[in-house]
Amino acid sequence: MVVATIVQAVTMGLRQELARDNNVVVLGEDVGINGGVFRATDGLQKEFGPERVIDTPLAELGIVGVSIGMAVNGLKPVAEIQFSGFLYAAFDQLLSHAGRIRMRSRGRYTCPIVVRTPYGGGIKALELHCESGEALFSHIPGLKMVIPSNPYDTKGLLAAAIQDPDPVIFYEPMRIYRAIKQDIPEKEYFVPIGKANVVQEGDDLTLIAWGAMVKTCQDAIEKLNNKYSIELIDLRTINPYDAETIINSVRKTGRCVIAHEAIRTSGFAAELIAAINEKALLSLEAPVARVTSPDVPFPMAKLESYFLPDVNRILKGIEKVMIF
Amino acid sequence: MVKRVLKEFKVEYLQVLDENGNCDESLMPKLSNEEIKKIYEMLVLVRVFDQKAFNMQRQGRLGTYIQFKGQEACQVGSAIALEDKDFVFPMYRNSGLLIARKHPIVQVLQYWGGDERGLRSPENVNNFPIAIPVGTQVPHAVGAGWATKLKGIKQVSAVYFGDGATSKGDFHEAMNFAGVFNVPVVFICENNQFAISVPRKKQTHSETIAQKAIAYGFEGIQVDGMDVFAVCKAMKDAVEKARNGKGPTLIECFTYRMCDHSTSDDASKYRTKEELEEWAKKDPIERLEKYMRKKNLLDDAYKENILSKSKDIVEKAVTEFEKMPAPDPKDIFRYVFAEMTQQQKEEMKELFGN
Ligand SMILES: Cc1ncc(C[n+]2csc(CCOP(=O)(O)OP(=O)(O)O)c2C)c(N)n1
Repeated sequence: MVVATIVQAVTMGLRQELARDNNVVVLGEDVGINGGVFRATDGLQKEFGPERVIDTPLAELGIVGVSIGMAVNGLKPVAEIQFSGFLYAAFDQLLSHAGRIRMRSRGRYTCPIVVRTPYGGGIKALELHCESGEALFSHIPGLKMVIPSNPYDTKGLLAAAIQDPDPVIFYEPMRIYRAIKQDIPEKEYFVPIGKANVVQEGDDLTLIAWGAMVKTCQDAIEKLNNKYSIELIDLRTINPYDAETIINSVRKTGRCVIAHEAIRTSGFAAELIAAINEKALLSLEAPVARVTSPDVPFPMAKLESYFLPDVNRILKGIEKVMIF
Repeated sequence: MVKRVLKEFKVEYLQVLDENGNCDESLMPKLSNEEIKKIYEMLVLVRVFDQKAFNMQRQGRLGTYIQFKGQEACQVGSAIALEDKDFVFPMYRNSGLLIARKHPIVQVLQYWGGDERGLRSPENVNNFPIAIPVGTQVPHAVGAGWATKLKGIKQVSAVYFGDGATSKGDFHEAMNFAGVFNVPVVFICENNQFAISVPRKKQTHSETIAQKAIAYGFEGIQVDGMDVFAVCKAMKDAVEKARNGKGPTLIECFTYRMCDHSTSDDASKYRTKEELEEWAKKDPIERLEKYMRKKNLLDDAYKENILSKSKDIVEKAVTEFEKMPAPDPKDIFRYVFAEMTQQQKEEMKELFGN
C-alpha cells in the first residue's frame, strides 16, 4: 500500500499500464518533460521514452483523431486533454468516429482509446478551465464516461478504462486532485466501469453524486449530524450508469436528491430522474430534487461561489425532499 | 513525360533596429519623433503594468495572470498601425495590446481579478474579449474582416495568437477563408518559441510560421519581434494592403517569452537560464532606448520621468481597481440571453430569493 492523492493515483495507473503493455502510449500537450500542467505524467517520459510518452502539437482534435487511428491499428492510446473545456474541439471525432467504429465496421475495427481530462470548478481558474460537460459526452452512443472521486477508484478505474475494449472519457476532478489522500495498492487492481459505489448506507434518503461533488455531499452529511439517515451513492460511471444500484436504493429510501456541478438543463441528473420514474416511481415519497449549477456559463472567480452547489445548497435540497 | 519546377517560394525576414540600437533608415516605417516617443512610452507603460500585475498575483490580489514580458514590441508595435475602428481579436497574453488599444487598465486588472466586467470593450474602440481557448479567435477575425468588405467599409481586422495556435485547425481554416475571399485581415503570430513547455520545433516541422501563408495563397513575413520598428513596418504595410482591398497577410513576430507561461508555470522545468539570458540581450525596450539616445530623443531625465509616470498611471488604476464594488451576483444571469429564460428566472429566485 502507498499513500496517494488523486493526481498521484493517475500517475501510478499510467505507469502501471505503460509497464504492463507495450502498446500503451500516452500523448498530449506538455505531458513529456513538463510532466503535464498538473504533473499527472511526471517522470513518465523519462521512464518510458519520448516514443511512448509523447508531447503533441497544440491540437485537441488532432490528439483525439490520431488516437483513434492508433487504436484502430492496435495501440492503446491514453490521450491527455489539458482541461476538459478544450475537449470540445474533438467532439466531432468522438461522436462521428470513436463511438461508431465498432458498429460501422461490424466489429472488424475497435477504438479502445482513453481520453483523460481534468474537469470541474471551485479553484478560481480562468474561463473554460472549470467545465463539467459529462452530460454532453453521455449523449454519444459507443462512448463510455467515467468520473472517479477518490485516489483508490482513480487508479482502479483508470486501469479498467485502459484495458476496456471501447473508448472511454476519463474525467478527473481537478478541485480534489490533491485534497484527498488514501492508501492504495501498488499492485494491479480494477474498479469496474459501470458500477456505482454505495459510499454509506442509509434509510431516509438517497443522495447521488460523482466526482468532486461526492466530497461536498460527505461534508453536507456530516453537517446534518445524523438528523436523517442518508444513503450516499457515488455514481463513478456516467455511461453506462448503474441503474440497478440507484433503483434499489430509491426503492428502499423513497426519497432522492441528485447533486452535480454541471448546469441544470439537460444535466445528467435529468437522465437519472427519468430512470427513477421508469423503475421506482411508486416507491417515491417526494419528487426527486436536483442540486445543480444554474443555466449560465461558468462565471469567473469573483462569482464562482454563487454558481457552484455547496454544502448549504445540498442541505436545502435534502430538507426540501424530507419535508415534502 | 514532364518534370519541372512549378513554383518556388521565398520567405522574407525583416529587422530594422538591431540589438545595439543601429537602425537601417531605409527600412524605417514612417514615424515622427513624437510618434517614436509615444511608442517608447507605451512600451514602458505596459512593461510596468505587467510587472505590477505579476506582483499582485503573487500577493493574492489577482488570480492567475498571464505575463507577456519580452513581447511588448509585438503588441505595441502592431497596435499603433491600427485605427480605433479596426477590429482586434486578442488572446490571453495580450494585456499589453489591450492597453495600447485603449482598454482601460483598471478593466484589464478586473479581468485578471476574476471579474467579467473587465472584458467589455469601451464603445469608441473595437476590441473583442480575449480568447482563452487557443486559436479559436482566428476565424472570428476573418469573419469580421469579411463583413467589412461585404458592407463596403474600410475597416481592417487583426488577430493575435501564439506559435502553438498554428497547430489548430481553427488557424488553418481561417487562413484558407481569408485567402479564398481576399479578406482584409492581418494575422499576427507572436512566436515566443514555446507553447507552455513545447518548443516551436515540436509544434510544426515548417522552418518558419510565416511560410504557412504561402500555402493559402497570400504573403507571410517573419519579423524580429523584439524590434518595434520592424513589427510596426510590417504591420503598417499589411494594414494598408488590407485597407486597399489587396487581402490578408500573416506576420510572424519572432520573439521570446521572458517569463513563465503563466503564474502557475515553472519554465525552469523545460528551458535553460542561459537561453533566457541570450534572449534578454535582445530586449525590445533597451534596444529602442539605445536608438533614441543616439537620436537625442532620450536622456536619463526623460527615461526616469517616463518610468515614474508609468508607475503613477498603473498605481492609480490599481487603487481604482481595488476600490471597485464587487459585481452583483445576479450578473451571472444577466448577459446570457437578451431575455432570461423561464428556467433561469426560477434558478435565480432559488439562488437569490427575488
Ligand atoms: C484549445 C486549448 N488547448 C489548450 C489550452 C491550454 N493552454 C493554454 S496556453 C497553451 C499554450 C499556448 O501556446 P501558444 O499558442 O504558443 O501561445 P503562448 O501561450 O506561448 O503565447 C496551452 C496549451 C488552451 N488554453 N486552449
